[in-house]
Amino acid sequence: MTEQSFDAIVVGSGISGGWAAKELTEKGLKVLMLERGENVEHITGYVNALKAPWEAPHRDRLSNKTREEHPIPLRDGFMHESNANYWVKDHDSPYVETRPFNWFRGYHVGGRSLMWGRQSYRWNKFDYEANLNEGVGTDWPIRYEDMAPWYDHAESWAGISGSHEGMEQLPDGNFLPPMELNVVEKDVAARIKTYYKDSRRMIIGRVANLSVAHNGRNNCQYRNKCDLGCPFGAYFSTQSSTLPAAVKTGNLTLRPFSIVTKIVYDKDTKKATGVEVLDAETRQTYTYNSKIVFLNASAMNTAWVLMNSATDVWPDGLGSSSGELGHNIMDHHFRVGASGDVEGFLDRYIFGRRANGFYIPRFRNLFGDKRDYTRGFGYQGSADRGGWQRDVAELGIGAAMKTALTQPGHWKVGMTAFGEIIPNHDNRMTLDKNVKDKWGLPVINFSAEIGPNEKKMRVDMANDAAEMLEAAGLKNVKPYDNGYAVGQGIHEMGTARMGHDPKSSVLNKHNQVWDATNVFVTDGACMASSSCVNPSLTYMAMTARAADFAVDALKKGDI
Amino acid sequence: MSTPKTTETHPMNKAFPMINRREAVYRLAVLMGGAMIGSELFLRGDSVPDKNPMPAFTDADRVTLDAVGATVIPKTDIPGAEAVDIGAFMIMMVTDCYSEKQHQVFQEGIGKLNAASAAKFGGAFTAITPEQKTDLLNELDKEQREYNGKKKKDEPAHYFRMMKELSVIGYFSSEIGATQAVHYIEVPGAFHGDVPYKQGDRAWY
Repeated sequence: MTEQSFDAIVVGSGISGGWAAKELTEKGLKVLMLERGENVEHITGYVNALKAPWEAPHRDRLSNKTREEHPIPLRDGFMHESNANYWVKDHDSPYVETRPFNWFRGYHVGGRSLMWGRQSYRWNKFDYEANLNEGVGTDWPIRYEDMAPWYDHAESWAGISGSHEGMEQLPDGNFLPPMELNVVEKDVAARIKTYYKDSRRMIIGRVANLSVAHNGRNNCQYRNKCDLGCPFGAYFSTQSSTLPAAVKTGNLTLRPFSIVTKIVYDKDTKKATGVEVLDAETRQTYTYNSKIVFLNASAMNTAWVLMNSATDVWPDGLGSSSGELGHNIMDHHFRVGASGDVEGFLDRYIFGRRANGFYIPRFRNLFGDKRDYTRGFGYQGSADRGGWQRDVAELGIGAAMKTALTQPGHWKVGMTAFGEIIPNHDNRMTLDKNVKDKWGLPVINFSAEIGPNEKKMRVDMANDAAEMLEAAGLKNVKPYDNGYAVGQGIHEMGTARMGHDPKSSVLNKHNQVWDATNVFVTDGACMASSSCVNPSLTYMAMTARAADFAVDALKKGDI
Repeated sequence: MSTPKTTETHPMNKAFPMINRREAVYRLAVLMGGAMIGSELFLRGDSVPDKNPMPAFTDADRVTLDAVGATVIPKTDIPGAEAVDIGAFMIMMVTDCYSEKQHQVFQEGIGKLNAASAAKFGGAFTAITPEQKTDLLNELDKEQREYNGKKKKDEPAHYFRMMKELSVIGYFSSEIGATQAVHYIEVPGAFHGDVPYKQGDRAWY
């Protein structure tokens, strides 16, 4: 039995789980990290990472077999032949959609830290105050000042490249040198800056790719194959960054193929005593004990574990006393923006494949601007010259077409907005006991959609993009809205929100479940609002902050 | 202070026509402007559980498709599509990646191509001269453009559009295409956002 007891159990090995394991082991705790999927070894596990384009059997297009195995990712274009091995097999882990929900998952060691977009932004002070000021959702129990040192900590370890801008709405941090905007992006950025008198700015994306070697990891090689896993360890993932740090302490046990089915709750002590695990391969059940549990299973699955941990005391699940568990699902709505053609610069080109683009920080509903919706959005995009894959009908056939495609096309700029979704109690997930997954476990039933605030925002998201591209002198500017369903942004949040009051929130200001204070939730589930910036950096900082508190509290005997 | 209407933006902002492009993010983390070749055929949102057994492609089909590929992308100062086994590539892609409906249109297209060749030049596609092949495929290219402009969204593309797209994809993504027609570097090692370019220089893969 002794080997079944640990100081801490971390459920999940993605971005936040990896951070929990690193922080807790470095502080001397014996940690068991549980991952429901298979192991993916750093470097050797990235089976397609060093293959040339012609080595992909279908040249990176999706075969019908891959489509059949992964129907959900077909709803957007992120999956291709060479990265399909990282996407969950949807038939093994189905879910129910009372309203459409796009759930894009990666079940393996490292989780979506292997697959993420790597854009890394701090929240600003307005983000943490917006719920209070507007009377929307519940007030955050923390402010930017509480998070700032932990953003410092997360950035310093993970390695975020970016430029210092001094913009209140996009706080600067401990950045590695920025990547470079290309020649056309620089021109567009300068025109936007002038036109909007610096109230709008186009900057290089802040990205968890190393612009210089950092912490024993190599700098980015500009291959733009991050989604295959980086054999250079040049972007932040569990494998490249937090896992080796945790392993180095000698305090980590990692157990793949471990589906955590519930948290074991002791009603006498009002604490968790550990977790129950279903071995995904052998289907044996194991119980592991620990003093604290960190839930980092990704927002939706973290809520699933809590709900599936129902007892006589909490029939709707551990942490359900407020009635908010599983509610307030948020994401970032996107797939709306504009594109346009650039005249000139035909004697300019780029070298290298930069896995990054530009970023236009939020400008709406800030500094006196007032719209008929609340919150805001930022843009991500890039300027590029068309390659051989450009679809040019008028090129016809034959030698002229062939020769034309051997040369770059003209420059284009494309961008999409990422907008904030406000918390809404009606956007929720429940356990659906009528449908079971491959392991006989109840699945999630989702019911969520964007509301009037987001729909009004989308009009601006398209128009503002088009207006800026026109202001920058682009031609043939076209706004677009390709539609959106919740989850598609792959930034799921909110199902176990933090708050001041156990009556209206699931977690307190230290990410402790009000109903079992030795259980911490530090993935996207904990979010009380969503900001419009990519959330992963905040999960890293939040996790480090909570781990620091947890170890202190353990030492003091508080939990 | 009055609240501006949502649609009211800058005075220079005219009424932009909204377009609805089915344009997915492919490999890149950011959205690009412009459509990608094969996007209609390969970025389908549907999952295809099982195709019914389809008639096998014959050797004659492969030879015909080799000839189509070689006409779409002929040998110039660098090798063309005939050097990359383009017929076999097309058959493999159609078999493995196309939906049943697309597969059927493609397969029947080989017969239609030969019929068009016979009607215009009195022989099967492989039997006519290179000039006649080019003439015919130019005609079919025009036909597919017109057809594709008019067809309903969910209807399969014209068979020659499929053959043309597969020729381009198969050629440029082959080792010869990627390293001789365009320029592929596995590990660039650096990024430079402003380098000179002169007309005729090869594009990056």
